[in-house]
Amino acid sequence: MTAALALGDDALVLSHRLGEWAGHAPVLEEEVALANIALDLLGQARVLLSLVGDEDELAYLREERAFRNVQLVEQSNGDFAHTIARQLYFSTYQELLYERLARGTGPFAPLAAKAVKEVAYHRDHAEHWTLRLGDGTAESHERMRRGLEAHWRFTGELFEPVEGCEVEWHTLHDAWLTRITSVLERATLAVPEGPRRTGWAAGAGRQGIHTEPFGRMLAEMQHLHRSHPGAAW
Amino acid sequence: MTTMAADAGAYEAVFDAALAADERIEPRDWMPDEYRATLVRQMAQHAHSEIIGMQPEANWITRAPSLRRKAILMAKVQDEAGHGLYLYSAAETLGTSRGELLDKLHSGRQKYSSIFNYPTLTWADVGAIGWLVDGAAITNQVPLCRCSYGPYARAMVRICKEESFHQRQGYELLLALSRGTEAQHAMAQDAVDRWWWPSLMMFGPPDDSSAHSAQSMAWKIKRHSNDELRQRFVDICVPQAESLGLTLPDPELRWSEERGHYDFGPIDWDEFREVLRGNGPCNTQRITQRCRAHEEGAWVREAAAAYAAKHGKAQA
Ligand SMILES: [Fe+2]
Ligand SMILES: [Fe+2]
Repeated sequence: MTAALALGDDALVLSHRLGEWAGHAPVLEEEVALANIALDLLGQARVLLSLVGDEDELAYLREERAFRNVQLVEQSNGDFAHTIARQLYFSTYQELLYERLARGTGPFAPLAAKAVKEVAYHRDHAEHWTLRLGDGTAESHERMRRGLEAHWRFTGELFEPVEGCEVEWHTLHDAWLTRITSVLERATLAVPEGPRRTGWAAGAGRQGIHTEPFGRMLAEMQHLHRSHPGAAW
Repeated sequence: MTTMAADAGAYEAVFDAALAADERIEPRDWMPDEYRATLVRQMAQHAHSEIIGMQPEANWITRAPSLRRKAILMAKVQDEAGHGLYLYSAAETLGTSRGELLDKLHSGRQKYSSIFNYPTLTWADVGAIGWLVDGAAITNQVPLCRCSYGPYARAMVRICKEESFHQRQGYELLLALSRGTEAQHAMAQDAVDRWWWPSLMMFGPPDDSSAHSAQSMAWKIKRHSNDELRQRFVDICVPQAESLGLTLPDPELRWSEERGHYDFGPIDWDEFREVLRGNGPCNTQRITQRCRAHEEGAWVREAAAAYAAKHGKAQA
């Protein structure tokens, strides 16, 4: 179940990052919204990981190299614009992917059909903030621009075929780019120009190669569970 | 008597009659200035407690030891943010604004519940907070569902439902630990030992030294005295602690046939006053984090306002 692990890890890791915002959001409404998104993703992760094995063993007892999430979702939160840029790229991808999986006959169709409604909200949330920040003040525009730039090189990996997902990855990519381009235009922002795949491969998360912040994230996430081997919680 | 004074007298009579008949006072109704000020102060303090209260529990979200517990904890912290939202909105019906109240919180002119100035040192603290702190909050807040001010009472109905979920989840978390490994049981006992006394302090000073109680009771903002509510809470907790297989750190705790209540030992009011004065373990940390989140969010709020102004849409 390569696909369940890949999609499950995406949801698990992004949920964790969003959970780090609790108590730090710029407005109270965003405490609620970010937690909502984190909870949706955690719910998806639990269903997907349970297709593979025991959800807690998979979440808490795997080493860094065994995780199959894309590198995009493990990136640190940074400022609010940084988080929104990551959300925009990922939720747009996830919505398009789940729409396609929901239409298919594969094992993820039921899950995808349910999740796509949640993800549509995540994408809507990210788009609204992209517009507000891009077309807000000079400072917010600049911060949003930096967030988009910083994550751009992690977006190539999103369209690497995942074994077990019957999806036309090329058209998925084209649909993603069209959508991102249109949102950024409306937000008075430019589509970043840098490379999206590099020789040293920004984006090999699906192969278990991650970035430095990810190890620290896992250390924090797993330490309590691992400190009490065999305990039930 | 001038006409205006006569009118004021008539308004006051209507207000008094509504209180006497247990009717709700609504935002457009006339109310005494002192009643309004008392409500604003109490609701603001309550709203502030909800949002500051997110911090000690959010401290464990990234370390929650199972995905199920993580989901429960994230949902709980989210509920507390929601409670903050309802309560700030309810306070706004009295002519203040969330921004103004937050400024007062940040500058120390308004308070939040002192309980959140204690640290969450282990995972079991999440359970102890749910069981004891949410439990004490419910004991305090259920009577507020019948508070004379309509918007506050209605907000409390919604909030109390969620708080009782939190209380049960906290209890259930502690039960799992108590029945778990030796180390887990010890973790649960240690957390209860640390949270028990501060939870009893949540009901406020004893009745003979409570500054605002009498007037609030007359206005039907408050329905029971601090000591009554504290006793009710102790009576609920003792049998629950037994079911949990945990002890409460009070050697004087015993059932009194005569009173029909549990007797309990003296509360350390010096500690209470010290924490209230700002000298608790986490006062500085909590307010610093709150101010930092607010300051770091300023550019986001400015952006949203600028966007709304350009596009003529309501702000996020
Ligand atoms: Fe609450
Ligand atoms: Fe609560």
